[in-house]
Order: sequence, then structure tokens, then C-alpha cells
Amino acid sequence: MNEMAPRRTIGEYVPLVDGPEKVSGRAKYTADLIGLGMLAGRIFRSPFSHAEILELDVSEAAKLPGVKAIVTGADCDKGFGVLPIARTEHPLARERVRYCGEPVAAVAAIDDATAKEALKRIKLKVRELPAYHTARAAMAPDAVDLHKHRPKNIERDVYFELGDVEAAFAAADLVREGVYNCPEVCQNQMEMHAAVADYDVERDRMTVHASTQVPYYVHLMLSQILGMDMSRIRVVKPYVGGGFGCRTETLNVELITALLARKAGGCVRTMVNREETFITHRGRPETDIRLKLGMRKDGRIVAVECECIQRGGAHSGYGVVTILYSGSMLYAIYDLHNVKYIGKRVLTNTPPCGAFRGHGTVDVRFAFESLLDEMAHALGIDPFAVRRTNLLPAPPLVTDNDMMVNSYGLPECLDWVERESGWRERKGKPAKGNGVRKGLGMACSHYISGASKPVNWTGEPHATVKLKLDFDGSIVLLTGAADIGQGSSTVLVQSVAEVLGLELSRIRIVTGDSDVVPKDNGSYSSRVTFLVGNAAIDAANNLKAVLVAAAARKLEAKPGEIECLGELYRAGAQDKGLTFNEVVTEALKDTGTITVTGNYSTIPESHGGKKYRGAAIGGTMGYSYSAQVVEVSVDEETGVVTVDKVWVAHDCGKALNRLSVEGQVQGSVWMGMGQAMSEETAYHDGLLLTANMLDYRVPTIQDSPPIEVGIVESNDPHGPFGAKEAGEGSLAAFLPALTNAIADATGLRFNDLPVTPDRVFAAVEKRARGRKTNGGA
Amino acid sequence: MARILQLTLNGRARSDAISENVLLLDYLREFVGLTGTKTGCDGGECGACTVLVDDQPRLSCLTLAATVEGQRVDTIESLVSDGRLSAVQRGFHEKLGSQCGYCTPGFIMASAGLLRRNPRPSEDEIRDALGSNICRCTGYVKIIEAVKYAVDLHAAGASP
Repeated sequence: MNEMAPRRTIGEYVPLVDGPEKVSGRAKYTADLIGLGMLAGRIFRSPFSHAEILELDVSEAAKLPGVKAIVTGADCDKGFGVLPIARTEHPLARERVRYCGEPVAAVAAIDDATAKEALKRIKLKVRELPAYHTARAAMAPDAVDLHKHRPKNIERDVYFELGDVEAAFAAADLVREGVYNCPEVCQNQMEMHAAVADYDVERDRMTVHASTQVPYYVHLMLSQILGMDMSRIRVVKPYVGGGFGCRTETLNVELITALLARKAGGCVRTMVNREETFITHRGRPETDIRLKLGMRKDGRIVAVECECIQRGGAHSGYGVVTILYSGSMLYAIYDLHNVKYIGKRVLTNTPPCGAFRGHGTVDVRFAFESLLDEMAHALGIDPFAVRRTNLLPAPPLVTDNDMMVNSYGLPECLDWVERESGWRERKGKPAKGNGVRKGLGMACSHYISGASKPVNWTGEPHATVKLKLDFDGSIVLLTGAADIGQGSSTVLVQSVAEVLGLELSRIRIVTGDSDVVPKDNGSYSSRVTFLVGNAAIDAANNLKAVLVAAAARKLEAKPGEIECLGELYRAGAQDKGLTFNEVVTEALKDTGTITVTGNYSTIPESHGGKKYRGAAIGGTMGYSYSAQVVEVSVDEETGVVTVDKVWVAHDCGKALNRLSVEGQVQGSVWMGMGQAMSEETAYHDGLLLTANMLDYRVPTIQDSPPIEVGIVESNDPHGPFGAKEAGEGSLAAFLPALTNAIADATGLRFNDLPVTPDRVFAAVEKRARGRKTNGGA
Repeated sequence: MARILQLTLNGRARSDAISENVLLLDYLREFVGLTGTKTGCDGGECGACTVLVDDQPRLSCLTLAATVEGQRVDTIESLVSDGRLSAVQRGFHEKLGSQCGYCTPGFIMASAGLLRRNPRPSEDEIRDALGSNICRCTGYVKIIEAVKYAVDLHAAGASP
């Protein structure tokens, strides 16, 4: 007989526990929840960018047979918003509309055709106000304030200076400044926004199914908007078709659908289309960056000055946090000491921005890694060498802005991509021919594994998981953590199974139903694996203690003598022992069904400091690190840039599921590629022109390169099994690695994104004209 | 105007009264209740609604239901046989060709269509066949691996 051994899956390639549902069409997303008699919801949106509402007439719409409810701003005077300090947005505009597409009214009707017809009968009379579609215009001295409580349209001014920046620049051997523009980009997740709200008139209870990353926030905001006690609300998260940050915040769609359901006294399904999903937005703001670096001859960075202006859109949303991340995350990747940061988050008459994958860090990283590359080139230093010169000392350490770093795999990431890409053999020997130039570029990036402080500070543990074990010997894992495709359910099941030494199939996971699962702070800031993973391990250890005690009692041994082999518990190697089911039967004798709780709280040292206002933003239990090499071909006759291959190494602490880590890293890199090469929104007088996937150009399978992933395991001392995040940190490095590669191939540097064929072609032409006028080749 | 639509849907003959202007997508999802086929855009941008009509991939959001009269329509729900995943489904599951899963039915149907007409596609042929499907999660790397794995499973006898 083979020796019984506990089952282990941590570190293996594990397909998703909910994969069979997704590949068979059985997975139900919000829009798939079709019920008999449910009403169709539709939203009437402002055609104006900025206007005072004079009259909203819904009387003709209300007369249409089949219309069951109409809601307007008059139905709700409460504000909502993700940050407790900025809950000033209304689900339906009141008094003023502030962006083209802002919801003004909504209709619930017996079918979609009737609801659509009703929208046509709604009349909106306004007095138009000056509209500002750029940050610069909104900041003009004579600009009208979008919100009374935000003078000069500044959502937040951030300023900090740590060290002596002026003196450090004066002492530097090389000082350079660059100006960078990163346009607004959207998550454009595949599932369009949808909500199903069911109001029980008899019991005064509301059930909402929503495509959200944070059911808990939806719960809070429904209570606030509806004026209903939280105990009367149930929020369910079905399968969610991606989020990438736009579903962290509660969206107007969910709130409007609930308002409609209550007014209609029934069940309403609202499915907004792709155009409306783009307008609902919450993407990465357009960011203008002025960056100045001071460097010693040996490549050491001695001074940093960064100014960052973000066009935030018409409402506060996540704005304050985004502009703070852009400054605080200058730190914790390189050893920096004299840093000045000036950030401005501006309110404009465009749809509100939010938290897009790599929240606040991506555009600044693009600027930083671009300028670093340019300066290294000027000093004749290899791009890898300049980064190695500026590495952090060995952890543990605390940065100048009080960020705690306990593990740091960036050196190994650099080694891996340098070796695997053949950098040393190939760099500086670009192949040319037929007007195509090849080049190699590299860059680094990092990200947090969960914000250490939750948005809503309640004093509760940061994460809670429950396990239920019953007579059948199955374990049910209950969590509010929202799997949105990133594989969080799989990693939580793996974590519990690992501690107990059981097959994954013994464990079932239930997520996202507020009636059943413990509250969770949600799927944002790459927090789930680290924070909820640790809570799952804690819960599994607590369950194991109960089982070991039961086994000891039955075997007449001491708990310390019990060996847990997953399916077998025994007192020493000679003992026949008890099967898992026998242990469960014994354990249930005391209490019946067993439920255990696992908790996790971040430590105060991870909460960031108080050196400047907002210094807590950027604090985390563990930073992930990434290095990338990108190989490009640039066709100078057409301006087309082709990414031939990407090598990316990601320090995720420990790969709990190698398949998921690879998938997350590849997805991040690729999303960075979209932003770098083709994605950007465009407006005409505030009207979103790119509200479809043809004009908002997402890379297709034919545009997309092979992406080779190296996993670096720095074993974070606090991480679950040593793990850190894997789903965001590799996005940012792609952007500068691409432009650095283009510079390597052509000598042309692109500081404005995206690098489209038009821009490349124009730059090649300009260079050719310059050569002619200079009499050069 | 209403009309009677007769077709073979997932191997079963059906006869339904439909309005002439209903899209095949809405007929499948809202009328029949086959919600495996997804809506991802406002028409022809993303490929999430791909189904097979007489074994050929078709965007159901750009197809009037009335135009598939007398034809065979296969959706994602038809691929599981005897409770087992098909080769393409297994590939997408085991190789992580599917993360959030929303584009997955479209990718799987386009891939199944490819394997039905070309059981041994090259990587370029795979890219060509999936060129009008958008995925926002995977960067497509593991989708290509999934289809290649499915090709091998299919060669070993599994249905596509």
C-alpha cells in the first residue's frame, strides 16, 4: 500500500475551479438572469456636456402603455461615491448635468421596445453652461466651477517634498526633463454593465444582482441611495465578465435599477449597451506629466521632481486616491531620496474616471522609465545597469515616504529577462532591411498587494473567511471576495485545501451573496490573494485544530501527537488512524455542524506614514515587482510597429497557482500594450467618439505577441505561503519598454501615447526633413 | 410581422413563432433561454455572440433569426456530450484560455468551427479564425495554447 500523503496543489498549474461552467455556457452573468415578468430598464442620458436643468418633462413617457415606472433626480437627493469623503454624485442628475451621457431619467417598461420608445418622449430643457473637456480649460481663471464645494475645479492638490531636492539637483552630473501625455483609456471589460433589482413590496426588501467587483460597496450605496436599512438589502454577485477596476465603485446602473424596481414594485433588468458602458467609464484619466531627474555620472538617481495633472471627469469618484498613488508610488521600486511631487486632480465635463488596473501608477511609471532610459543612453550606461545601480537595499526596509518593503525580487526579475531575451548578445546589433528596423527595450514596474487601509475604516479585520463542515464531510468556503475572472475563488480553495491536505474537490466555494457570505472589502488593489488568502489559511488552521482535537479524543492521544495526512488522521506512523469522515463524525458530536472563522488584518507598519497629507495611499503588506524586455519591428515606410515578443519576469512572492499567475501577467502586459499602441478615448465637444470596439482599438489576436513569463519567488514573510500580487504589477512596464525599444530601433522617442502608425510615420518624416535641411544623410 | 421559424437547434428540431425582425442572438437568449451565447457589443465588434450555422461561425448579433430557416444552429450549450467537455472546451478550461469567461463561448464556437473544417490548423490559421473575437483578459497567449491542445485532443478522437 502506498503511504498516504496530504494533497498539495500550491505551486502547481491548477485550472480554475469555476472553469467548467465558463466553457460550457452554464455560467450565469447578470444579463443572463431572465425571469418571467421582469421589466426592462432603460436610461435617458444628457446630450449636453454642462447645463443647468430647467425642466424635465416625463409626462408623455408616463402615458405610454406598458411603462411601469419612471425615475428622475427628483426621486433621490442622496449622493454616492466610493470614498466616504466624496459622496457627491447622484445616480440621476439633479439641477445640473456635468457630462454628455450623464443619466437624467430612467424607465422601466414591460419590454425593451416600450422602454426605448418611452425615452424618446422625455423632454429635457436646459440652460447650457461653459463646458471644459480638458484639464487646462477647467483650470482657467474664469472657469465656472463644476461643483460648488470644489473651487477652481481642483478635486485635490497634492504636494510633498522629501529630502533636499534643490540641493540634490544642483549636485547632479546630468539633469533632464521630459514632458509626457497619456490619454484616457477604458477598461472595456467584455461584459457590459447590467443589474437586476427585485423589490419585495410586502416585506420592503431589495435584492440586487450586479456585475460588481465589490458587492459590499454596492450594499452600502444602495442603502444610502434608497434610504433603506442595510438589513433589508441583499446583494448578489453572479459571474462577472471582467472589471479591471471599473466595477470597484458602485455604478449608477445598479442604483438606478434599484430605484426603478422600488417605484415599479417589481423586478427590473437593466442592460446598458457597449456605448453606455464606455460612457459609464471609470477608466484611467488623461495624465500630463512633467518629470525631471537628476543623475550622477554612474547612473545613480539623486533627485526627482514630478508634476502630474489628471483630467478626472465630472465627479470625484476615486480621484483623490488616484492622484495620491501617482506620487507615493514613485517610491518602493528604486532607492530614491530627494523627491518632490506636485499633483493636481481636475474636474472636467467628461465621464468620471476611476481605478483602472495599475491604479495611478502606470502613466508616471511610463514617464519615469522613459526618462531613465534616455539619461542612461546619454551617459553611455546600459539600461539594465542603470536600474541595478538604483536598486533598493536588501529588505526589510522603509522608504522615505514610510512604505514598508519586506521582499524585493526585482534584481532576479532583471536577471531573468536579461538572460532569456538574449539582451547582452543582441542589444545594439539591430537587424535592418526593407525599411524595417528592429529594437529591444526594457523597463520595470511594481504594484501593491492590497491597500493596507480599507476605504471604509470600521475597525473590523481586513478580511474574513468562513468554513462550514457538516455530516457529509464536505467543506464549504464562504467568502465575499468577488471572483471577476482573476481566479480568486480557485486560489482560496487551494489555500484551504493545502492547509488541510485535502483534494480540491472536497471544498466548495460560495461567493458573493450577502445573505450567506461574510462581508469582504472586495476585489480591488490586488488585495484578494494576499489579504483574503491569509484569512482562508487562518480559517483552515482553525478547522484543522478542531479536527485534530476530535481525532485525539477518539484515538486517546494528545492533540500534539496527531498527524494530519489529509484523508487520514493518526497518532504515530504505526497507528491505523481514522479516515477524514470518521474524524468529522467525532468532531460533530460536540457542536453539530462546524463553522469556523478566519481573519486577517494588516499590520500598522504597513499603513504608510503621516509625512504629507494622504501619505497612507500606497501602503501595503507587500509590493510585487516586474521587469520586461520588448522586441519590436518598426516599418519606417508605413509607421507600423509590431511587437515581436515580450519577456516578462514578475515577482509574485510565491506562485500559488502557476497557471493563473502566467495568465494574469500575460493579460497585464497585453493590456499595457493596448494603452501603449492603440487605445485612447476621443471626444467632440464632450461627445464620446470612441464608444465602440472599432474606434476604441483593442489589440486583436493577430496584433498580439508571444509573452514569455518568468516567475520570481521572493517569499514575502507576510504573504499567504509567501505570495504577493500577480494581476496588475506587470502592466506599467510594458509602455516604457515599448517606447524604449522603438528608440533603440529608430532613435525616435515617443513621449505621447499611444504610439500609433500615424505618429511614427510623422516622426520618421520629420527626421528625414531635418536631415535634409542639415545636409545630413 | 410574426412568422414560424423552423430550424435544428443544438441537434433538436424546433418550430417557433417569432417576429421577423428579431435577431438570432435575442431569439437564442431571450426567447429560447440559451444564455450561453453572449452579447458583448452593439453589433459586430467583439465576436462574443458567435454560433455555428451549418458548421460555419456566424455573429448571431448581425443575423436575423428568420434567415436561418431550415438550417442547423449550434450554440455553446451543444458541445458537451454525455456530460463531457468537448476538445475545445477542455482546452480552454485546462490551459486557462478562459479567465472571466464572457468572451469564451464565442471563442470556443469559432474554434469549434475551425476544427470542423480544418482539423489540423497551423498557428497562423488559428489566429486568422479567431481574428474577429476580442478577449480582454488573456492577451490571447493561452487561447492559442488552448486551441492547439484541443487540436491534439481532437486528433486523439475527442469531438471538437
